[in-house]
Amino acid sequence: MRPFEYAQAENLSQAAILASGTGQGQTDAATQFLAGGTSLIDLMKLDVLRPRRLIGLSGLQDANERIELSGRELRLGGFAKMAAVARHPLVLAHCPAVAQSLALAASAQLRNMATLGGNVLQKTRCTYYRDPTWAACNKRTPGSGCAALGGFNRNHAILGVDDSCIAQYPGDLGVVFAALDAQLDLFGPSGPRQMPFVALHTLAKDRPHIETTLREGEIITQFRLPVGALTRRSVYVKVRDRASYEFAISSAAVALELEAGVVRQARIGLGGMAYRPWRSLEGEQALSGKPLTETTMAAAATAALAGAKTHGFNDYKPELARRTLVRALQEAQAMAPARDA
Amino acid sequence: MAKLTRRTVITAGAAMAGAALQPVPLLARDDAREGEGAHSNVARVRLMINGREHQLSLDRRTTVLDALREHLQLTGTKKGCDQGQCGACTVHIRGERVLSCLTLAVAVQGQRIETIEGLSPPDGPLHPMQRAFIDQDAFQCGYCTPGQIMSAVACVREGHARSDDEIREYMSGNLCRCAAYPKILAAIKQARGLMEPA
Repeated sequence: MRPFEYAQAENLSQAAILASGTGQGQTDAATQFLAGGTSLIDLMKLDVLRPRRLIGLSGLQDANERIELSGRELRLGGFAKMAAVARHPLVLAHCPAVAQSLALAASAQLRNMATLGGNVLQKTRCTYYRDPTWAACNKRTPGSGCAALGGFNRNHAILGVDDSCIAQYPGDLGVVFAALDAQLDLFGPSGPRQMPFVALHTLAKDRPHIETTLREGEIITQFRLPVGALTRRSVYVKVRDRASYEFAISSAAVALELEAGVVRQARIGLGGMAYRPWRSLEGEQALSGKPLTETTMAAAATAALAGAKTHGFNDYKPELARRTLVRALQEAQAMAPARDA
Repeated sequence: MAKLTRRTVITAGAAMAGAALQPVPLLARDDAREGEGAHSNVARVRLMINGREHQLSLDRRTTVLDALREHLQLTGTKKGCDQGQCGACTVHIRGERVLSCLTLAVAVQGQRIETIEGLSPPDGPLHPMQRAFIDQDAFQCGYCTPGQIMSAVACVREGHARSDDEIREYMSGNLCRCAAYPKILAAIKQARGLMEPA
């Protein structure tokens, strides 16, 4: 690990003052915020990230970790730990998919460390990105190419990819947030700002070293999730190479609002498949107003994967994604009807 | 005379080897007063470990794991992968199990840290989880064991030891290459009813 300067922020204003150098969404900014550290310290040890300055944010935790329900909005503090959110009664009652996506992620130790804000910002697990001895990686070194295109790309993305980068977004929670219209509260040097979660992550588009639309010094202070009958009938299904403590090779977040067996509203997110947290409007439209049957579920799955682009070792993924989505739809259908409280 | 253990022999050996190679005495190297400042790599760090406060001068890159093992001779906490993948370095910070290899010492100053050395008093009875690991023969080489025990204690306190499947799921962050898993499961089941509520 390379040497760095260290400063500790005790509140958001201090963090904003200290934040110069965090860049605008770059993966390798010279100044990095340190919250749980589970991604950052790992990538610094691997020499993938080489910040010259760290701003410690543990002092912000107590003021920004609240979990509360306000009207029809579930509010989750940006510094709430994954473990605390996964077991919270309000989360379990109003949006089980959020709790499931967290409980199925990482290990008990990592869930005690990682914050929600850090979780949605976690870096890809692309083996070529994580190993600097590979010269070609547009995400690490802009313009150097992509070793994964012709490499061992079994775990790489098939949706939202282009030839500059096929890295996969590794997270689970982000997939649920994308599907369920989560909103972000941010705080930065020019004050507070809000934006939809789906606007946070960018597509590669020849500049995969830019990953988010966060402005310099901005911190995610809170996630807001509209909840109701739809989110109470929500599930997260995760398929992995081993039964626990593993990233998804395929996952699906589904929420359904049904009326006499007919889909009033459907929400679909796909994980383990895409360059960024992926919401499938195509899949949702294929179900809207239709009875939920094996045929309509299969049609939605086909629509959701219509844009898939594979690169050899990940040719298996579209079919796995379709089956994962159908499974999630079936599980959501089987849930007891959610009463609108 | 101090009791001779495998640990004191190894520590003494390492100190002698270090002395032979190091022209500068170790104590002087650890004194930060000269090098401290914004552009130095050294920071004065205050760690609360097993109820005792320690003032250390550490390179800012030092993890809690390295602070424990290399600076405080608390070598019960083990370095496995050093990448947050194996759980051998599990300690409790603010009462929760975390990975000391991914935690910078400068970031947890003043926070309550508990290691395997603090689980039971030096001359007192073993913690029920330590006793259970011995009774159930829940290890072979023993390298992952301190991490397993720290994780297992937290697993029970969290209320995640209610069934075999739940224990397996909530202990999945601790790998054991000897594959003592069935006996680790048995040990946790033995200890769960004997532990004081946290």
